[in-house]
Amino acid sequence: MYVAVKGGEAAIANAHQLLADRRRGDRSLPAISIEQIVAQLGLAVDRVMAEASLYDRELAALAVRQARGDMIEAIFILRAYRTTLPRFGMSVPVDTAKMKIERRVSATYKDLPGGQLLGPTFDYTHRLLDPSLLTDGPVAEPTRRTADESAMMRVSDILAGEGLIEGDGKMPEDHVPGDLTREPLEFPLNRDLRLQALARGDEGFLLALAYSTQRGYARTHPFVGEVRIGEVEVDLDIPELGFAVSLGPIQVTECQMVNQFQGSAKNPPQFTRGYGLVFGQSERKAMAMSLVDRALRAQEFGEDVVAPAQDEEFVISHSDNVQATGFVEHLKLPHYVDFQAELDLVRRMRAEYDAKSGAGEDGAGKDNGVREAAE
Amino acid sequence: MTDLATYNFAYLDEQTKRMIRRAILKAISIPGYQVPFASREMPMPYGWGTGGVQVTAAILGPDDVLKVIDQGADDTTNAVSIRAFFQKVANVAVTTKTREATIIQTRHRIPEETLTAGQTLVYQVPIPEPLRFLEPRETETRKMHALEEYGLMHVKLYEDIARNGHIATTYAYPVKVEGRYVMDPSPTPKFDNPKMHMSEALQLFGAGREKRIYAVPPYTEVVSLDFEDHPFEIQHFDKPCALCGAEQVYLDEVILDDKGGRMFVCSDTDHCEDRRAHGHAGHLLAQQEAAE
Repeated sequence: MYVAVKGGEAAIANAHQLLADRRRGDRSLPAISIEQIVAQLGLAVDRVMAEASLYDRELAALAVRQARGDMIEAIFILRAYRTTLPRFGMSVPVDTAKMKIERRVSATYKDLPGGQLLGPTFDYTHRLLDPSLLTDGPVAEPTRRTADESAMMRVSDILAGEGLIEGDGKMPEDHVPGDLTREPLEFPLNRDLRLQALARGDEGFLLALAYSTQRGYARTHPFVGEVRIGEVEVDLDIPELGFAVSLGPIQVTECQMVNQFQGSAKNPPQFTRGYGLVFGQSERKAMAMSLVDRALRAQEFGEDVVAPAQDEEFVISHSDNVQATGFVEHLKLPHYVDFQAELDLVRRMRAEYDAKSGAGEDGAGKDNGVREAAE
Repeated sequence: MTDLATYNFAYLDEQTKRMIRRAILKAISIPGYQVPFASREMPMPYGWGTGGVQVTAAILGPDDVLKVIDQGADDTTNAVSIRAFFQKVANVAVTTKTREATIIQTRHRIPEETLTAGQTLVYQVPIPEPLRFLEPRETETRKMHALEEYGLMHVKLYEDIARNGHIATTYAYPVKVEGRYVMDPSPTPKFDNPKMHMSEALQLFGAGREKRIYAVPPYTEVVSLDFEDHPFEIQHFDKPCALCGAEQVYLDEVILDDKGGRMFVCSDTDHCEDRRAHGHAGHLLAQQEAAE
């Protein structure tokens, strides 16, 4: 005899207990510390901060640990915390020309003021598993250059000097930047909101879209004007004081993509820009973002919208991995009420079909459970 | 390490609640119209009822009595989880009895017992846009609503009939509210659609991921779309509930063994328990009692 499934509460509690056990793993091993995650899994922490839109390494590391290393779960945990925080002001725009550079490369100039700085990159490593990392061997101190306090000119400024690249774009004087975490999105978006959405968009999704533009689905003839990674100062405007005060430095990755543009009736032939800016060190994300940003500006330049990467509503509606994972995974929640409704319809249609084709002589129209199960 | 926040009554901060209440008021003023709202990230995933949870959090007061159901049942895991959430963050009284509740949050069902004045039914909505599967673009569907351009929906229903002889929509069956907006009743089976019509209770719909709130105020016309020669009809079950013998209720099919054995029981667990408590027994329950 069937007894209605009870005990959801106990089941949930047990599941949580088991999850905590699996998270901790083998108790004979020391637990991984937040400091260790911040220090040694820094790029995971960076991704969580970027896609959660919250710059806090310790909380991001806590989320990574709590999520057992599941990045989207960690992003979700951190975002759910972020959303409870009050919004008490707005920073003045960060000046990336004043960045304390750790890495900066340009693909468009062999050499340029400030030079090319490789920084801590995987780019020229050979991807051979390194047996020395199986143990905790000594690691040599890196060679450091003397700090250069002067501002480092951006490649876009070099091109702008000749008028060969479009300007930074102007917003009306009284334009207040949108906040997609506080206002529902309404398409079409302004570029500020679009960039915001891309900045917290899923790295993998943006990477695939960016890749598609390179393979011919909305080609934009991109060159990496430059990628720079380093620390910038965040200043907050305090209306009571009448000036901005520094909140401290954050690490960001910025990518300026330079794209060809033939010109139109309104605009002269010149280079156009795609822009990417991401918390922490995430070149892949910043570059993908800048390619997608440029592709999404198709209408602005009178280009035909023919590919997914150019379709703002498609890209922005699906770039948020917390939303995406929620809706995809919710399919595992019970749906038996709706399924029952579909079952009923299919059975009815099936009976009609069988009656018509003469296949169901005995009782095709009857609700005969045993027979249907055998079919 | 940063001190983590302590949370406000019913989790959301008062500013957010105010924003949601405004959206709710607008939704009530324009029955069936989808009001965009600044949906927050909730501590449960999108798709788990974040829209409904936000609506409930915004209207919940300390004196309310909350009931949460999923698939009609109070004991499905997600219903348990949401109920526990509000017990934790709002310390509010909860019940499984439909008639005792002031607020009922639901996923996929409307309780069998007729709701009364003063009660609020909060629906969890995955896709608020009834036209979404005909037109994926929000920019287009908003225009269609504005122009009351619902021909596409009728064509879809007509094509169903031409192809299958039936309207093949069995849940999330579109309705027209107060003669103006076509609305998605959320994925409730069409069996429940008639309960929405002229209901004494306030019906609120929250879609968190899609950032929309809409409403059907009490005593509002809610008409399921149909044709004169193919009138709307609800599902009918051949058998009564195996446990409480109820007829004219929505039933879940439960597979009993691997030989095709199955039974049909009330999807609304409270309704079923209530009936059994009042001495009603379906054939399986009667058999079991006879055996004991």
